[in-house]
Amino acid sequence: MHPVLRTVLQRLGLGLLTLFIVSIVIFMSLELLPGGFAEAILGQGATPETVAAFNKEIGLDRPAYVRYVEWIAGVVRGDFGSSYAGLGGSIKRSVTEMIAPRLYNTFFLAIVTAIFAVPLSLFLGVMAALYRNSFYDRTVNAVTLTTIAAPEFFIAYILMFIFAVKLRWFYPTSTVSESTGFVEHLYRAALPAITLTLVIVAHMMRMTRAAIINLLASPYIEMAQLKGIPNREVIMKHALPNAWAPIATVIAFNLAYLVVGVVVVEVVFVYPGIGQLMVDSVSSRDMPVVQACALIFAATYILLNLSADIVSIITNPRLLHPK
Amino acid sequence: MSTEKKRVKGEVLLEIRGLKIEGSSDGVWHPIVKGVDLTLRRGEVLGLIGESGAGKSTIGLAAMGFARPGCRIVDGSIVFDGIDLRAASDEALRELRGSRIAYVAQSAAASFNPAHRLIEQTVETAVRHGIKSRADAEADARDLYKRLQLPKPDTIGDRYPHQVSGGQLQRAMTAMAMSCRPDLIIFDEPTTALDVTTQVEVLAAMRDIVEQFNTAAIYITHDLAVVAQMAHRIMVLRHGKEVEQAPTREMLKEPKEDYTKTLWAVRKLGKPESISDDIVLRVHEVDASYGPGMKVLDNVTVQLPRGRTVAVVGESGSGKSTLARAITGLLPPTKGEIYFNGKPLPRALKDRDKDTLRRIQMIYQSADTSLNPRQTIRDLIGRPIEFYLGLKGAECDRRVVKLLEAIELSEHYIDRLPGELSGGQKQRISIARALAAEPEIIICDEVTSALDQIVQEEILTLLMRLQKETNVSYLFITHDIATVRAISDEIVVMHQGKVVQQGPKTKVLNPPYPAYTELLLSSVPEMDPDWLTRLLEKRAAKSREKA
Repeated sequence: MHPVLRTVLQRLGLGLLTLFIVSIVIFMSLELLPGGFAEAILGQGATPETVAAFNKEIGLDRPAYVRYVEWIAGVVRGDFGSSYAGLGGSIKRSVTEMIAPRLYNTFFLAIVTAIFAVPLSLFLGVMAALYRNSFYDRTVNAVTLTTIAAPEFFIAYILMFIFAVKLRWFYPTSTVSESTGFVEHLYRAALPAITLTLVIVAHMMRMTRAAIINLLASPYIEMAQLKGIPNREVIMKHALPNAWAPIATVIAFNLAYLVVGVVVVEVVFVYPGIGQLMVDSVSSRDMPVVQACALIFAATYILLNLSADIVSIITNPRLLHPK
Repeated sequence: MSTEKKRVKGEVLLEIRGLKIEGSSDGVWHPIVKGVDLTLRRGEVLGLIGESGAGKSTIGLAAMGFARPGCRIVDGSIVFDGIDLRAASDEALRELRGSRIAYVAQSAAASFNPAHRLIEQTVETAVRHGIKSRADAEADARDLYKRLQLPKPDTIGDRYPHQVSGGQLQRAMTAMAMSCRPDLIIFDEPTTALDVTTQVEVLAAMRDIVEQFNTAAIYITHDLAVVAQMAHRIMVLRHGKEVEQAPTREMLKEPKEDYTKTLWAVRKLGKPESISDDIVLRVHEVDASYGPGMKVLDNVTVQLPRGRTVAVVGESGSGKSTLARAITGLLPPTKGEIYFNGKPLPRALKDRDKDTLRRIQMIYQSADTSLNPRQTIRDLIGRPIEFYLGLKGAECDRRVVKLLEAIELSEHYIDRLPGELSGGQKQRISIARALAAEPEIIICDEVTSALDQIVQEEILTLLMRLQKETNVSYLFITHDIATVRAISDEIVVMHQGKVVQQGPKTKVLNPPYPAYTELLLSSVPEMDPDWLTRLLEKRAAKSREKA
């Protein structure tokens, strides 16, 4: 087996192990939350007896480890259980059904943002490295630092004010439903996507710039200059291929943020993503939903970091082409 | 175009007049090159020699119209084949670089881009400058690899830099420089990072190819014996100024300036060997490895007599430094015993008591990295005094001052930081730190390799004096045969983790030799400008004999 493939499989195995440990942590920390679904739904006036009866009805009276094993066994089979929300009534709502459309929306927004933000950051970063310390470099740095320093809701409201209220190019809110068409969805997600782009570009662009500049002192860069290679090519051909590892790490980190950290932007634009769903479920103590969301977030982190690792392995000829 | 041009031997190719270059440190500009004149004719090889900081590389790069970041050319003229490089546009300079003036750097390992295959980097210049088509350039590269005697010239180009050896890389870099058939090549210490045995082949390959294409070259080195093989003319530089300049044979026969004469100094240093049976340290049939299948020491037996110097020589990868790690306990041996004063030493560092630790000290190659830059000299030398001897405060200070005297530095140095000292002074501090523990053995790992010839001599003289005064024993690890000749009593020759030979200096350095010792010794460049030619003839004759 090629050593790279072996490393990737090893990392994948480690990732699964991490995910398993995370599932335990998620479950236990939710156990520690004060109050339960029964208290939340029955209100403060509920007597201990009614709470106990309610808990017994939805199976919450059994010991934690039994419930954990039951839950995790379901997850392995792809069944995240039923939401507590439907338990009182006649219709059972499966967690998967609740999450799927929300998850689609979140991934939709994340992918749209990434498609714009990642190439943009790379381009800005490479240019900043090429024209380092120039007026362009300073301007790009100042602007991106400003957008990252400003709170995201602030950026969101400003964009909304300019583009939705004043110019009326977009709707102020981004409500979408399952019946929304692809193009319409794209149009409605534009403002949140721009907001998120402004939030994550600075990080990725600055790392691209720093990783390249870090390499410019290497003897092989000087060699390329002494071979009469133009600056642009020195950076694209001689510096960038050696700079992917740190850049990929930061990109992965920011893409993970697009999935797990967007709740504020979702709330501002009333965009029905998974972040909102999770927050709502926490306040109503709808544990199966919260657990599923948390697990999806963890898996996103692990997968993206795994991809960053793979990028740094395959861009390192020492690992890809062993002696 | 340039390749079509007639190359008339003897015509002036490069003329530098009154070159002044400044470097900046902490925002202050100070002179590095202080008015150097240089004339180079077509087909001529000029050797630039001098200690580090003499401005050799800076001048070499200036010949390409290039100044490193933090350097600037402030005055003088650089005219290459009628083109004023100081007045030329960036675009014009870029056109010249690589195509008409090429550069071969010191460390090929660092100067090849790790991300691209060798052939891609070899042909890049020719293709980029539009001199050859990619296919032609690749065919030519394979031809050059062959001429430079690289193994498997047809396929070696498909390898990545980390997949070939240092000597091969250096030849590949020469091929890269040759790809456009430049008029001038700057060789910047191209063999300094190589082992002597490898150096011979690389020198021969470079000399051949420069002759074949009648290329002019500037050959930069600090090794006079190497430059004697390569250059028609030698220029000696010091502190950014020319000391003297003469044709190679003349310069070697009768150097005029005192400074030039001192460049020979380390070769004059010497001491008669003295044999002793009082063995302080005995390494007995030791194996050591870095993980399974990575055996670096193979059944090594070495003896170190008290108050004597045993030099361990061999090329990189021969296990010299690993031997030091095994003795100090940093890498516990997997087999065998190490006896210290007749008693077996605990294998691992953590099992040894303080007094044992005190008796075996170590000095490293790079004082820059082995001295904590944030500690003053008082802390650096005082720490082992306090730790091993339990002296504190004023008493400890007195001892530090005494040690400073022993290494010929005044007591004013006590409050300085390593950054305020020169390379030689820093290495003296390392010596004082080792001495502070009052050891019986000091292991010196390439302690003079990073130093200039003159400083080297001072350090070696100091070490010998200290040995006389304290009867300390040195295990002196080095790849430099001249140093070995100068200071050792006994010599251990190592090759691929095995001891080839141990014996008194006169025996090891004189025939009959085991095959490897002969290869090693015959590869050490000599001052004689005909040395390389003769050596190659001799080796060729020998291989014919075998066939």
